[in-house]
Amino acid sequence: MNLEAIKSELEASVPGCRLELVANPSPSGQHSLRIDAAHAVALALCLRDAPGLRFDFCSNVTGIDWPGKQTTEKVKARKLVAGVEQDVEELRTAVTPGSLEVVYHLYSVEKKHGPIVLRMSTQDRDANVHLPSLTPVWRSAELQEREIFDLFGVVFDGHPDLRRLLLWDEFQDHPMRRDYVEPDDFEYEPTAHDEVLRRANQHISEAGGKLQSEGGGR
Amino acid sequence: MITAASPTAQSELEPLSETSNEQLLEIAMGPQHPSTHGVFRMNVVLDGEHVVRLKPVFGYLHRNHEKIAESETYLGSMPYTDRLDYICSITNNWAYALAVEKLAGIEVPERAEYLRVITGELTRLQNHACLIGFLMQDMGSSGTPLMYAFREREKILDLFESLTGARMMCNYMRFGGCRADLPSGWLDQAKSVVAGFPRFLDEYEQLLVSNEILMDRTQQVGVLSRELAISAGISGPMARASGVDYDIRKVDHYSIYDRFAFRVPLGSHGDVYDRFMVRLLEMRESVGILERAMRDIPAGPIVDPKMKLRGFRPKPGEAYGRIESPKGELGFYLISDGSPNPYRYRVRPPSLINLTVLEDLCVGRNVADVVAILGSIDIVLGEVDR
Amino acid sequence: MVDEKLKNELSKQGIFTTSLEQLYNWGRSSSLWPLNFGLACCAIEMIATTMARYDMARFGAEVFRPSPRQADLMIVAGTVTKKMAPQVVRLYNQMPEPKYVISMGACAISGGPFKQGYNVLKGIDRYIPVDIYIPGCPPRPEALLDAFMELQKRIDRQQLTGANRPRHLNADEPSEFPVPRFGAHDLEPAKNPNLWKAPLVQISQTGTLQTVSPQAGTDESRSH
Repeated sequence: MNLEAIKSELEASVPGCRLELVANPSPSGQHSLRIDAAHAVALALCLRDAPGLRFDFCSNVTGIDWPGKQTTEKVKARKLVAGVEQDVEELRTAVTPGSLEVVYHLYSVEKKHGPIVLRMSTQDRDANVHLPSLTPVWRSAELQEREIFDLFGVVFDGHPDLRRLLLWDEFQDHPMRRDYVEPDDFEYEPTAHDEVLRRANQHISEAGGKLQSEGGGR
Repeated sequence: MITAASPTAQSELEPLSETSNEQLLEIAMGPQHPSTHGVFRMNVVLDGEHVVRLKPVFGYLHRNHEKIAESETYLGSMPYTDRLDYICSITNNWAYALAVEKLAGIEVPERAEYLRVITGELTRLQNHACLIGFLMQDMGSSGTPLMYAFREREKILDLFESLTGARMMCNYMRFGGCRADLPSGWLDQAKSVVAGFPRFLDEYEQLLVSNEILMDRTQQVGVLSRELAISAGISGPMARASGVDYDIRKVDHYSIYDRFAFRVPLGSHGDVYDRFMVRLLEMRESVGILERAMRDIPAGPIVDPKMKLRGFRPKPGEAYGRIESPKGELGFYLISDGSPNPYRYRVRPPSLINLTVLEDLCVGRNVADVVAILGSIDIVLGEVDR
Repeated sequence: MVDEKLKNELSKQGIFTTSLEQLYNWGRSSSLWPLNFGLACCAIEMIATTMARYDMARFGAEVFRPSPRQADLMIVAGTVTKKMAPQVVRLYNQMPEPKYVISMGACAISGGPFKQGYNVLKGIDRYIPVDIYIPGCPPRPEALLDAFMELQKRIDRQQLTGANRPRHLNADEPSEFPVPRFGAHDLEPAKNPNLWKAPLVQISQTGTLQTVSPQAGTDESRSH
């Protein structure tokens, strides 16, 4: 089952779609296909229904958080300094916005082949986190997309019932993101050291208890 | 039945609009209820005894296993996989080890594969026995089938304890093989346990298969159609009871399952009775696999000799590895970025995805059927919520 | 108080002497009915303890009640998550006095292996008082039986009058505890300060363990 062949078949069936082959350097050999959000549902329907493909079993839907990167580099530029044009080094920061990615693993029960790996990314991690839901195509995506909404914050348009799955409704963060900060309730540790000791001392002093110096004698 | 209703119950059900009348009763079944599947809650809207709507509520056992795995090393997550589906810890370990072996290209020696098959099939035996026992318990048999099932389970747990050191949380697989080799006399003890299993299955069949109450309560109850099962990603005995001929042991040809000729029982109705019978028949097939595996196990190393566990850093890449666990398709999706910790570690939980169709199966049936249907889906909350 | 030798003599004649306290405690400890309450993996070991091999029924825990109104022992077996914590406290409040709590397994004691969890409550003793702690992951059925016997011994030692009388005979002690609410990031409050204060044990440079602030509430808690 050749991914290149599947890609060309999909490009022929769904005109206008942008597909990209993402190679997988590990020995598993499971290369993936990056699809664009606009044509995702059409591509999914084609994958499910085309007679040669028949990927009717959506096995796994995963969310991944790729935080943004900020790189600074020194660049030489010509600038006016005190009236004289000079070569000046200045720092330029480039910000690549992060994205949230959703990965679908598809298998075929009828033809017993697979897996096909599909990837869809959002444009950034703050405002543009909408992606089309593939639940109308594969019902198994229903609960898994809800979980990605709960833990990552990706909003799936077209999902029949998008609400939090694992955490309570009043919860406000998306915990699986890389920049999530846990609530500070990790107060007790049998042999505290480093960060936990520092926080524990802070808690105890806030509560008016005795403050102990770190590692000191009795 | 006293239940603890949470104030968030209202927000999780859409408001009943034009169809609402005073006869509709909304109750919360769970998270503490006598059916021993764990902390699972179903907001059920009833019209008398009939279910009008059912919305499951998850997350009462969400222990953020995936987040912990991002800060642990690859091997450090192995004990956590024990606690996913806590009744079958060894198959969880196996799925994870398989995924990492795919990610890093590690090969497993012969003897280790046989050990994996033996312990995996023993796990399947005790899981199915427990499941049938719990299903009967939920339907009101006050514990006797459960006692019988746990009697067999204790024998298998004794085997696990002498092999791995723990009854339940075995932590037995390693990347490239198994952790410990068989102590002397283990194989004989295992052979005698497995030899006694068909008699236990005969006893169960005699008591249960033609039991009038069981047949009345489970036949044509909770019928899952084949198309819905495939679309909803149902896997394992639940899908096979609906006629979906998909057993990952036969499809993916993983491990050495190709050497054992075993049949895959399929159901034709997709009701609770079929799911129960499929599991009974699968136990018989497992006994056959075990007998042959224990006869043919070769000598040799139990871990890949080239494998170095200290400082294990797989090359960047990703892999999805899955096995046929007793509950269904258990898969692990790992993304490595070259560091000792995985970048993303995802568990594909069969119990959660098998629950997608809970509402479809229960609507229109009685409250008593809800308990039977939930019991037949075979969920373990550690896996549903991770 | 009757002399021991006299007691033995009388018992040989078929006359048994006891005190109201002993009789009361004997009745309470020999018929502890647990609540049917398993959360996670430890629940399976709890079920195995009630099965034929380890049989908890012979200690009096014959019937596991599904309703908290009929139970007097809550064995918190498994990880208590923050989503579940308000329900656990509500169930505890619904149990009638006298009620006891056994905290089974590492997760119920302190969060266990899932301590780094944003959804994991780091020990059920943050909200309800616990009588017996059983370490283990999961504890063996024998450990649960040992804990049960220890609880029975503790009940046998109760004094019905006086300053050391148990909570249910003391009108000033609370028997219901406030239920936490779901907040935006955590439960509110994160702990019940009357029940639980964070202890801190450090290893000093000389290698001795020292406690900074004592834990509230427990006096003689023997762990297994």
